[in-house]
Amino acid sequence: MKPVFTRTDLARQGQWRPLPLIRDVRYRYLLILAVLVYFCLAFLSIDVNWARVAEGMSRAARFLAAFLQPDFTTRSQDIINGLLESLTMTFTSTVIGVLLAIPVGVGAARNIAPLPVYLFCRSIIAISRTFQEVIIAILFVVMFGFGPLAGMITLAFATVGFMAKLLAEDIEDIDERQVEAIRSTGARWLQLMNYAVQPQVMPRLIGLSVYRLDINFRESAVIGIVGAGGIGATLNTSLSRYEYGTAAAILIIIIAIVMLTEYCSGYIRRWVQ
Amino acid sequence: MPVRYLDNSTSLANAQWSAKTRKQQWLSWLAWLLGVSLFILCWKMISDNTLWVFVEDAPKQGADLISRMIPPQWSYTPNLWQPLWDTLNIATFGTVLGIIMAFPCAFLAARNTTPHPLIRSAALMIIVSSRSINSLIWAMLLVTILGPGLLAGILAIALRSIGFVGKLLYEAIEEIHPTPVEAITATGASRLQVMAYAVLPQVMPAFAGISIYRWDINIRESTVLGLVGAGGIGLQLNAAINTLAWDKVSMIFILIFATVLVSEWISAKVRKAFL
Repeated sequence: MKPVFTRTDLARQGQWRPLPLIRDVRYRYLLILAVLVYFCLAFLSIDVNWARVAEGMSRAARFLAAFLQPDFTTRSQDIINGLLESLTMTFTSTVIGVLLAIPVGVGAARNIAPLPVYLFCRSIIAISRTFQEVIIAILFVVMFGFGPLAGMITLAFATVGFMAKLLAEDIEDIDERQVEAIRSTGARWLQLMNYAVQPQVMPRLIGLSVYRLDINFRESAVIGIVGAGGIGATLNTSLSRYEYGTAAAILIIIIAIVMLTEYCSGYIRRWVQ
Repeated sequence: MPVRYLDNSTSLANAQWSAKTRKQQWLSWLAWLLGVSLFILCWKMISDNTLWVFVEDAPKQGADLISRMIPPQWSYTPNLWQPLWDTLNIATFGTVLGIIMAFPCAFLAARNTTPHPLIRSAALMIIVSSRSINSLIWAMLLVTILGPGLLAGILAIALRSIGFVGKLLYEAIEEIHPTPVEAITATGASRLQVMAYAVLPQVMPAFAGISIYRWDINIRESTVLGLVGAGGIGLQLNAAINTLAWDKVSMIFILIFATVLVSEWISAKVRKAFL
């Protein structure tokens, strides 16, 4: 009998095994070895203060208990103020960000923008997308002082990068024939944008704006930690005062609003497209 | 497209064409009016809460900030390797833990593999709550509970990753081809065997891609977790900002930027290899 070499031969003898994710055997074992070595090294370098963790368990229990009995009333005024600030920041920053993102996005689409404009707009997008919102917020808080204005500018700045990139990709994917048709009627550049490009990208632009509104609310809850206003500041205060009931209430409100906006934005996006 | 007649006759010669009916026009004007007034209202609330004195000298402050940031303090780099290693560990361990928890969640949440609709809604609830809370907020909670340190960071990243990986994975599971499942079921396989031989091979590439993608995002997020005390390079960043050592801050920014670029490159390479 000839020796068994291939997978098919093995399968004929009833010794079939599923295909591995990585084909090459040497590469596979090397990867596994490297991962194991990394995990050993990394695990050894993490020192955990287990005494402190054990001490924290009672707090964890109190926090979980607070989730079952959230305290909406004691600090209701702070919560309402923080929430209103977050919502206004979210809305204004999305509007401003989208308005600014439209020219940047048009400029960053290779098929309609000349090369210098393209490079300029792409670099704006790259700068805005590289850093976390929190880091940008730190810089803007230093420049504009504490309060919701710094938060709004941060979110608008992040929105520009996000929206402009997706809009530019969308414009690059449009159907060229419609542009050709409008151009052959002798339309000017602005008319070309208005009648050939805009109708093709509008539904997705609206959908993305609604999606970004959703993201901005989530982020607005975070940038308050570094002093940029909003519900994050209230949450930070309540946690440092060990008022777990209030913190749980704020978290529940955040989750509820995010779920609501997510549901609405999904609905609007389906309706637009 | 609606037609409007200029006179009372219905001759097409006097007809005017428009894209919208009159009702649609009114509705769209109303929507614009509402949107603009809401924007003005929101803007007023923000400007009421702003000290404009601080805003007026913002350009000066900005220029001052940049002049203090340049040049970055290169000699500070040796102090940053240990925090950077910690940051990488937070991201990696957090991702692994998150994936381990997200995996069963996704199978319970997918419509075609869930054992019971009630369990499905519970799993969806876990995924949604994990997704709606940012990892920085998770870190803040965990730091108050467990004390500052790497463990809080790892758990924060893990808790945030459950939602992301869980959501994308359960959508991938719902989109699988039903024929292999039918074929394996027809051999008399048990439920678990159907999962292992029909569902799992189909979602494995998507799963690997999602995990690597999340790892990439987690590296980015773990760089700032230190701001609330959860370890990593963010601790150094926080210290530098509190002491107004802006040349150290810019050095840390450069390092973060480089790390993010490298992780993005690795993730793009690996994802291309899998998909």
